[in-house]
Amino acid sequence: MASRDTGRIVVGLVIFLVLASFPVWFSATQGRSDYRPELEYPAGETKCVESKEYMRTWHMDLLNQWRDSVVRKGVRTYTSDAHHTDYDMSLQNTCMKCHTNKANFCDRCHDYVGVSPKCWECHVEPRGAE
Amino acid sequence: MEKDRRDFLKLAGSVLGLGATAPAAALASTGGRPVQEEGTHWAMVVDTRKCQAKEGCTACTDACHLAHNVPKIPEEAHEVKWIWKEKYPQAFPNQVHPYIEDSLRDRNVPVLCNHCERPPCVRVCPTQATFKDEQGIVTIDMHRCIGCRYCIAACPYGSRSFNWKDPRPYLQDIQSDYPTRTKGVVEKCNFCEERLAKGQIPACVEACVTAECGALLFGDLSDPESEVSRLLRTTNTIRRKPNLGTAPSVFYIV
Amino acid sequence: MLEKALKGSPRYWTWISVLVLIIAAGFFAYWRQLNHGLEITGLNRDVTWGLYIAQFTFMVGVAASAVMVVLPYYLHNYKPFGRMVILGECLAISAVIMCMLFIFVDMGQPSRVINVIRFPSPNSLMFWDMMSLMGYLGLNVLISLVVFTSERNQVAPPHWIKPVIILSIPWAVSIHTVTAFLYSGLEARSFWLTAILVPRFLASAFASGPSLLIILSLLLRKFTKFDPGEEALKKLSLIVTYALSVNIFFVAVELFTGLYSDIPEHVHHFQYLFVGLEGKSGLAPAMWLSVSLSLLSLVLLYFPRLRENHKVLPFICGAIIVAVWIEKGLGLVVAGFIPNPLGHVTEYFPSSWETMVTIGVYGIGFLILTGLWKIALTVREEIDAL
Repeated sequence: MASRDTGRIVVGLVIFLVLASFPVWFSATQGRSDYRPELEYPAGETKCVESKEYMRTWHMDLLNQWRDSVVRKGVRTYTSDAHHTDYDMSLQNTCMKCHTNKANFCDRCHDYVGVSPKCWECHVEPRGAE
Repeated sequence: MEKDRRDFLKLAGSVLGLGATAPAAALASTGGRPVQEEGTHWAMVVDTRKCQAKEGCTACTDACHLAHNVPKIPEEAHEVKWIWKEKYPQAFPNQVHPYIEDSLRDRNVPVLCNHCERPPCVRVCPTQATFKDEQGIVTIDMHRCIGCRYCIAACPYGSRSFNWKDPRPYLQDIQSDYPTRTKGVVEKCNFCEERLAKGQIPACVEACVTAECGALLFGDLSDPESEVSRLLRTTNTIRRKPNLGTAPSVFYIV
Repeated sequence: MLEKALKGSPRYWTWISVLVLIIAAGFFAYWRQLNHGLEITGLNRDVTWGLYIAQFTFMVGVAASAVMVVLPYYLHNYKPFGRMVILGECLAISAVIMCMLFIFVDMGQPSRVINVIRFPSPNSLMFWDMMSLMGYLGLNVLISLVVFTSERNQVAPPHWIKPVIILSIPWAVSIHTVTAFLYSGLEARSFWLTAILVPRFLASAFASGPSLLIILSLLLRKFTKFDPGEEALKKLSLIVTYALSVNIFFVAVELFTGLYSDIPEHVHHFQYLFVGLEGKSGLAPAMWLSVSLSLLSLVLLYFPRLRENHKVLPFICGAIIVAVWIEKGLGLVVAGFIPNPLGHVTEYFPSSWETMVTIGVYGIGFLILTGLWKIALTVREEIDAL
């Protein structure tokens, strides 16, 4: 009785571990660890509101900050820490005016890391993508 | 006197465990001085006589709905509206009687969010998604709205619309400088706060001027020299459902 | 203890399978609602709350009504409720869970529902409702768990649980009070703007909740070895009699103020409910049914011989549940929106998808209730066999 249960438990545990570690072993064997999504940067622009490294890491937090600032506090101007330029805090009217192609910029990275931000359910992506 | 009364009601409110000022403020009387004590207070005066003179004009609605990506949903049940026209007796149900002048009975009156000084919608919102900003505008944080529709139940003016479905298929000409909404959130007139921030007047008011009607006047109520303040001092105006104590910031000349 | 719910007769498992099928259908309908939005319901621009919120209101009453067995048993040491009290507490637990689910399925943006806790808004009765419901759920889980475990181990329950039980009594009243406040605090809706809404909600809850408990325990007696006890059933039916009398009185009082004052904005809503407005009278048949069932039940209940007859009693109880379900559920919620603030009359009828979701939520509630009662009854049988 006890030994039969032990067997079942062990088999169950093995199946669980195999499934749970699927992402690890699948990408180790099938994945391309050297792959980096290639982003299309706006032509003719030299700088973003903050440094490239900062934006790469923190753009989502910056956008949330902008959102709360504009919607809830009515403060609409952002001064860059990197180069002290003033910007209108607006996803559609500032970010996407330079990054006119969402598919080749936002989506490439978001698809790669498997996130699907809900911004675009309401915010309008630039026509440049068409 | 009015101030003392409000302080008392505030105190009563917190003792009752409501713990907040809004319900207490709503208990305060409607007469006397306005609630807003300092800062800009945006307000609108609608001259319904001028509006009536241009029968069938939809300039304000068209301009507003275009600018804010308000969908045109054919079935009435799921309509979304920011500013539209109602008959006078519907807009002012307790300021009507069987013997009112003919022109009033059938008069089309533009209705929109009243941006109340004591907004019931703000009081009931369980997430503070809808709130009154420092300029007296009752606005909605679309990112935070959970779509419970308590605010719709609380609004005495029917000024709020719910997105029963995805609005995008019902937009022919999406403006790229303003967001659309998604299904499941509440929306309404925002007094064009995005335009005010740029120093422009609301889209409906601008359209009304362009249509050579001039029935809509917009301005700062806290500035005694503003055009709205002067007009309110010199002309008889009414507000919708004044008995409820919500203190609308939209005034009507009839 | 949970394993008791996993062993049962074929009949038990048939019942569980039926419930699971109902739940699956509900999930399917809800999945559709998630994808298409609330347009798949019968709700519209003017009537923005309907079946879901009506069920929520009704079930808060059922949850609160547990106090009708808890109070006599714990406060007055009324022994005949000894077997009934655990059933009442379990019913309260499943009812509160259903309430929460009904609110949840009504949300336009369910994924953001956590915002209610992230941005607590004491101004909003919705916030207090959530707090009081969660507190009530916690209290009932704690009390039934502690008392039941001691009973199983045949020891006296720990002393500290007594104050918790006492606390649960006013708490039960509070959940339905706050639910009524949701409506009665709105200046926009004259139909709801009445102080009697709270007492009315409580009275109808104490009529319909115990009615449900009577029906369910009679079913248990028929299909299991459980016997709630003659005395307990008698007392419960008496409670129902009083509560229903009071409820009908409160409704009549409300009708008097609404109609005698003759203020149009008050009268219109009653007019819509009972005779219709602008030729639209969709709810009138249901309302007259509700009134007839209420009055008929009351008359029947007044005869002790009928009230104590177990062939008649379940039908009376069923009639009361239907009557209250219409009166404080659909009738009260929907008529608040008709006519709308601009005087327009738009009617509302639940859609079939909406009904499927609703039945699905009931399925979940009854599954939880079945599991809890199964555990309680199995353990009780084991104790009795000792």
